[in-house]
Amino acid sequence: MFYRTAGQFKTSYESDQALFPVRQDAILLAVILVFAWVIFPLTASEFTFQTLLIPILIYALAAMGLNILTGYAGQLSLGTAAFMGVGAYACYKMVTLMPWLNPVVAILLSGVFSAGVGVAFGIPSLRIKGFYLAIATLAAQFFLVWLFEKWAWLYNYNASGAIQVPNLTMFGVYVAGPQADSWVQYYLVLAIVSVMTVLCINLTRGNLGRTWKATRDVDIAAELIGINLMKSKLTAFMVSSYVVGVAGALFVFMWRGAAEPNLFDIPLSFRILFIAIIGGLGSILGNYLGAILIVGLPVVLGTLPAALGIPISSSMVEHINVMMVGGLIVFFLIIEPHGLAQLWRLIREKLIIWPFPH
Amino acid sequence: MKDTQGYLTADGRQIGGVLMEMRNITLRFGGVVAIEDISFDIREGEIRAIIGPNGAGKSSMLNIISGFYTPSNGEVWYKGAPRPLMKPYEVARMGVARTFQNIALFEGMTVLDNVMTGRLTHMHAGLLSQALWWGRARDEEIANREVVEKVIDFLEIQNIRKTPVGRLPYGLKKRVELARALAAEPSLLLLDEPMAGMNVEEKEDMSRFILDVNDEFGTTIALIEHDMGVVMDLSDRVVVMDYGKKIGDGTPDEVRGNQDVIDAYLGVAH
Repeated sequence: MFYRTAGQFKTSYESDQALFPVRQDAILLAVILVFAWVIFPLTASEFTFQTLLIPILIYALAAMGLNILTGYAGQLSLGTAAFMGVGAYACYKMVTLMPWLNPVVAILLSGVFSAGVGVAFGIPSLRIKGFYLAIATLAAQFFLVWLFEKWAWLYNYNASGAIQVPNLTMFGVYVAGPQADSWVQYYLVLAIVSVMTVLCINLTRGNLGRTWKATRDVDIAAELIGINLMKSKLTAFMVSSYVVGVAGALFVFMWRGAAEPNLFDIPLSFRILFIAIIGGLGSILGNYLGAILIVGLPVVLGTLPAALGIPISSSMVEHINVMMVGGLIVFFLIIEPHGLAQLWRLIREKLIIWPFPH
Repeated sequence: MKDTQGYLTADGRQIGGVLMEMRNITLRFGGVVAIEDISFDIREGEIRAIIGPNGAGKSSMLNIISGFYTPSNGEVWYKGAPRPLMKPYEVARMGVARTFQNIALFEGMTVLDNVMTGRLTHMHAGLLSQALWWGRARDEEIANREVVEKVIDFLEIQNIRKTPVGRLPYGLKKRVELARALAAEPSLLLLDEPMAGMNVEEKEDMSRFILDVNDEFGTTIALIEHDMGVVMDLSDRVVVMDYGKKIGDGTPDEVRGNQDVIDAYLGVAH
């Protein structure tokens, strides 16, 4: 009834290929955007910014990068965190070597470095696939984290071996470093993530997206209809690593404020893979849903019992969180391999015909 | 080069010059000889069938034409010149499209997207243009969508264009696969058992589509098929293979009367 699509006719291919061919989708998105751009920033506390809003956006972006590679192009990768690290370290080097550089430009440029590294580590995908490729990307994971540790030039020979985000200003306002306000950082992250999302949607629904999906579904048939598999896989690695690298730069510069090499170790890679799987492989929306769940769950578990007056220790909360995430992954792999995004798709299909059953 | 004059078919269609010529093709897998010294040609505008008992090497021959296998000996001539060693995707870009014996559609995509993949070779917009959905990328999406819609219209699959391919029944999948190949507007269309596993009505539909494609677009078609009735009715000329060797070549009537062919199909006392 509210989601009825009857009567929305398309008279040109252009309007049929529009981003939101169904009016209700556009309205729904507009509501979400109003919340994201106006209502949340006005009402959120420092705690909400730092534990929910900013990390959800950054994790969603990282998962989106991984999803392009794994969900759309079908190339399994376990090196996401390392590519995030490349973005973060590249950004750090750029802002310390060229302090006059606009921070946003630096963040967007840092993706270029991770894209290059991603393509280099994507070369094995031309010969191997599936689990074997996953192991090959693990090599990137170990090698790069080792490099972050051993190559002192990367962290400017700090005694601590960590990178510390300096105070950065843009138009006279602190946007990164200890002096930056959370809401400023939130808006910056939101703007970058929004733009990247639009670009990713366009790429995945266009010719390149079809090329990737064809490579994923039947690679031999894809090659026989004229797809250069090498080009298809390497562009997937390139775009994916770019997005992941930008997410990595945001991760450190807009949220953590400092990073040690082991921050970019396997647990982070798995966390992002879980977000992509629970959210839904081969979906852009799913990354957000997955990030909300994975980032939000520990916060809810941490605050809800206290609010209800149930005494529960913080280590218990941590254990429950791990168990629930593990359970959710098993649940989704068995019941709904296409994740939360597929659940929304089913709900939407039902809503369109509601209140009728067919 | 042999004659480029062509010939007149039984139903009065003019067949053109040689489009593709296989010259002394041999294909070995280790010690197994899958194809031994076979030569034949495919002419512009004709429907050429390759038949033979199971294991005769028909699919291998099709794989050589589409560049998936490289012949151990012999040359493939295409449009009057020997074809250099090529990757399958390069062959596809030269105008050879094909369907598969076991359907190889992209299950995770809709019918429309599947057919759109057939237009890949005609789309050249850059990464940036595609990311912004602006300029060349958007124009190409619309222009190619028009071509795809014509194919969809032609094969009568309008009502399923937004259905995910995984939900379709077998016969329709075969038709979508044909649509994907046709969308590329190929010079040479290869059909690997287009009627395998179909019932009589579906076979009739598919036969009609094959004839219509040949008739309306003038597409040259090379097909492998086991249903002799279909082959004899559809094709202009037939190559017969057995154990990797060519045992017959000619019009359906000539092939039907060929003693070697009869022996291969019916068996012969040794």
